[in-house]
Amino acid sequence: MNLSIPVIVMAAVIGLVGIGFYCLLVTRNMIRVVVALQIIVKGAMLALLLAGRMRGQLALGQSMALTVIVADTIVAVLGLALAVQVKRRLGSLDLNDLSSLKR
Amino acid sequence: MWHIIILIGILVCAFQAIRSERLLVAALWLAGTSALVAIMMYLLGAYQIAVIELSVGAGLVTVLFVFAINIAGEEPIPALSLIPKPLAWVSVIVAVGLLAWQILPLFDLPLGSLQGAGFEEMLWSGRKVDLYLQTALIFAGVLSMVALLSEEQTHKVSTHKEDNV
Repeated sequence: MNLSIPVIVMAAVIGLVGIGFYCLLVTRNMIRVVVALQIIVKGAMLALLLAGRMRGQLALGQSMALTVIVADTIVAVLGLALAVQVKRRLGSLDLNDLSSLKR
Repeated sequence: MWHIIILIGILVCAFQAIRSERLLVAALWLAGTSALVAIMMYLLGAYQIAVIELSVGAGLVTVLFVFAINIAGEEPIPALSLIPKPLAWVSVIVAVGLLAWQILPLFDLPLGSLQGAGFEEMLWSGRKVDLYLQTALIFAGVLSMVALLSEEQTHKVSTHKEDNV
């Protein structure tokens, strides 16, 4: 089996996005939603780097991936802090319990 | 050969991260995914971003997850999903199909020879707006987290004052 590097990286991108998207759709746990977002963003970062590499402008892809890493980390921090607060106030991490947004 | 092994490792770790029952174990599988993605980035030639992903993705974010899970605790949530699982599968297949349809034409392209500015020059000279955005994001994130985590304490203090009155 002779697969080129772009094909392998694209397979990783498609796999990561698919797995993360599925988890995002089926999970009801707030912390697991953050896990799913992290998985999707890793796929997006690989796609950015691959696009830069294939265009011969890897530095551009890297600088964009750096921005994505920072934004992704902030999203994770905020998501986890929200989950902790929801657990403290409602006593549950279940997304169904948040549907009414009542305390 | 190494690329294929790493690809399989990435997919297995990501799958285990969403499949494992315990949140702590899921966070560790996610760290494994980050580490393997960092190796894939290194093999692509993105050395600086690979190091940053390894330290931030596999290190900092994992510590944050463990911290949050320790505070919030493990909670068994019924396996019932938000939407029916067959519908979720159909949605995933459609989304992945669209993604593959968009990037399939790139399959024949070879890896281009590297040209243009280096990473440092591109980041500090060509992408200044990105740097401003990152700085703003970091400050916003830190301030938001402090506000979110200290709200409980403020709430307790105000409740205590009301009790005294």
